[in-house]
Amino acid sequence: MTERLLLSRTAADLYWLARYVERADSTARLIEMGSRMAMIPGRRSTQEWRSVAAAAGCLDRFEDPDGITEAAIVRTLILDNENPSSIRACLERARANGRSVRTALTIQLWEVLNDGWRKLELMDPTEALRDLSGVLDWVKLRGSAIRGASTSTMLRDDNYVFLGLGGYVERADMTLRLLDVKSYVLLPEMDVVGGGRDHHQWTSVLHATGAVRTYHHLYHADYSPWNIADFLILSSKFPRSAAFSYAKILRCLELLSETHNGEEHACHRTARDMVVRLKALKMGEIFRDGLSEFVRGSISTTQRLNSEIYEAYHF
Amino acid sequence: MFDEMSGSGDAIRSPYARIADWIDAVGVERLQQRSAEAEAIFRRIGITFAVYGEGGDPERLIPFDLVPRVFSALEWQHLDRGIRQRARALNAFLYDVYHRGEIMKAGIVPEHLVYRNAAFVPAMVGVEPPGRVYSHIVGIDIVRTGESSFQVLEDNCRTPSGVSYMLENREIMMRMFPDLFAGGGVQPVDGYADELLRTLKEVAPPACKGEPNIVVLTPGSFNSAYYEHSFLADLMGVPLVEAGDLFVDEGRVWMRTTRGPSLVDVIYRRIDDDYIDPLAFRPESLLGVPGLFDVYRSGGVTLCSAPGAGVADDKAIYVFVPEMIRFYLGETPILENVPTWRCALGDECAHVLDNLEDVVVKEVHGSGGYGMLIGPKATAEERTAYAERIRKSPSEFIAQPTLDLSTVPSLGPDGVGPRHVDLRPYCLVGSQMRLVPGGLTRVALRQGSLVVNSSQGGGVKDTWVLAS
Repeated sequence: MTERLLLSRTAADLYWLARYVERADSTARLIEMGSRMAMIPGRRSTQEWRSVAAAAGCLDRFEDPDGITEAAIVRTLILDNENPSSIRACLERARANGRSVRTALTIQLWEVLNDGWRKLELMDPTEALRDLSGVLDWVKLRGSAIRGASTSTMLRDDNYVFLGLGGYVERADMTLRLLDVKSYVLLPEMDVVGGGRDHHQWTSVLHATGAVRTYHHLYHADYSPWNIADFLILSSKFPRSAAFSYAKILRCLELLSETHNGEEHACHRTARDMVVRLKALKMGEIFRDGLSEFVRGSISTTQRLNSEIYEAYHF
Repeated sequence: MFDEMSGSGDAIRSPYARIADWIDAVGVERLQQRSAEAEAIFRRIGITFAVYGEGGDPERLIPFDLVPRVFSALEWQHLDRGIRQRARALNAFLYDVYHRGEIMKAGIVPEHLVYRNAAFVPAMVGVEPPGRVYSHIVGIDIVRTGESSFQVLEDNCRTPSGVSYMLENREIMMRMFPDLFAGGGVQPVDGYADELLRTLKEVAPPACKGEPNIVVLTPGSFNSAYYEHSFLADLMGVPLVEAGDLFVDEGRVWMRTTRGPSLVDVIYRRIDDDYIDPLAFRPESLLGVPGLFDVYRSGGVTLCSAPGAGVADDKAIYVFVPEMIRFYLGETPILENVPTWRCALGDECAHVLDNLEDVVVKEVHGSGGYGMLIGPKATAEERTAYAERIRKSPSEFIAQPTLDLSTVPSLGPDGVGPRHVDLRPYCLVGSQMRLVPGGLTRVALRQGSLVVNSSQGGGVKDTWVLAS
């Protein structure tokens, strides 16, 4: 039996399908974190919404970045189809990608992608605002259903690997960008400057990755910026950490190498270097050399990796 | 009026015995419920046709009517012979058009209708397509007007669509009403994709050594028939490509894959001639594969259908198909044409203008049921305006008598009632001819309407050919 050939366009569409789904899911979690923080007494909610918009990479879409309201967030990050990173745009694009590679998907995966795809198009902002948590839950469920359908029904061939690759690249990127926006609250000197530990700030980062309870299972200790950063960057067990995502990225690339005559490309080197580095690093070294610098460097590595994948597989 | 279930009287015709019992047993109310279920299935699977830029739902369903349309084995035998005969004649005509032009020289088909036809491709002159096949999938639209009278309404030699509905309609019926099919009384249609694949392999180009690599070429996911393109590619297990996935190098066609370039031998293209190759056809077009046509001409790849095949399915050429059958095959046509007046001819045009309230007038190059005048249903003003258009450019129009199309029981809001239908079977032409027993039945769901096109409120039905 010969391995079925995969069109480069199909590979690219699958890669982005998974990125869009992951982005919609992560954006929903970011907004959840924002609305949670906005409910805490004495806090300026516009500040929180600003960091949400920044982590989603959409700050420039708001007219007044310092006066962002919940309603503006709902409009821009959930419903605005002009914004390519909005949840609606991501889900619609994921479906459009799926539709243009129908033959590469199982029927079950297509049915999940196709299910309710016009829900957000038909929703008005007041309605979305009134039932914000319902809408966000629905979005997260979409993500789970789509990932579930692909895991449980797709053949383990290149199609599946490109889906996985896209998903983990986006996940690494989203976690790093969240850290970029929030890195100032994780700096140890905040203890002094802020006068007392800011639990809410720290837990907000965990909420944004849906991992408050998971964190406890792993650390059995109180919140500390050190542990939280360790959890999000270096944990090999937490499926949204940079280290976990990169290990999966490398695994996907190795599988592709197996079906592509053993060929390796620049992307393989980049991913392997990153995996090795994240394994060897200790949190102390990261804080010593600067958390923010580390996060920014990792974001640009991920961007480079993305373009190396394009090059390697003729996207 | 001929109803396929009750004939012209009250007795149930034998092919419909099972359907009649079934309707009685299930009851109208239950049928209507199941009809909603069927619609939900179609929607979920995504069997839609895309209509972008018109507002409303961009991906629409073609209404599916649950009551099947039935042909006896004997009726089908007659249709089968007639369809194959016609598909052979049409391909012979295309070969003639692009070679010696004997039928024009013999004075049977007027030269200007062929050589000045927009679908005529001068660059195809002298090209020898594999197996001399131009139209590999011939869709022939057939209407019935009586117990034994079938007529051809139209030929489709380019890329007739709708076959996915033939297949899916059957799947849905078998899934929802397995009892109806118990005992194997209905001939299966699910071999279509395999037959199509065999046909495409048979027309591999001279340059192909070994097993041919086949692809389906689609304009993309915004095309109205995109579902069908992906469905057929999937059933055949071949790649579904867009023009951007292909390129020409060293006299062959290649597709871009994650492993680098890979050879392509046969392209089942679902795009129009104009968009195949910007170098050969439309220099201003960004679509298509530059250089593809040259590779085709030199035998490096096969295009199905061949460029220029459309010259055979023009409504002005249609009139001559019975003559083609006599001329090329020396046979008597098994399926006749609907009588047609060509407005290009003075006395025929005068007849049409005098009898506008009785005839159907169509644009020669029109399709999809748009731009027609249905005389008996039109108002006096509409007829006057249309007559003006005919007088202005008579050669753009043909007319046919208003046909009393047969009806088949269908599910309406007020229960089961007769609705007019037509039939499109799909004849495959490679080194052999293949015809799956069945086709797409289109139904005019509005009571009394004669227009079956999906763009005009038409629906579809499962089409049965009985085993005996």
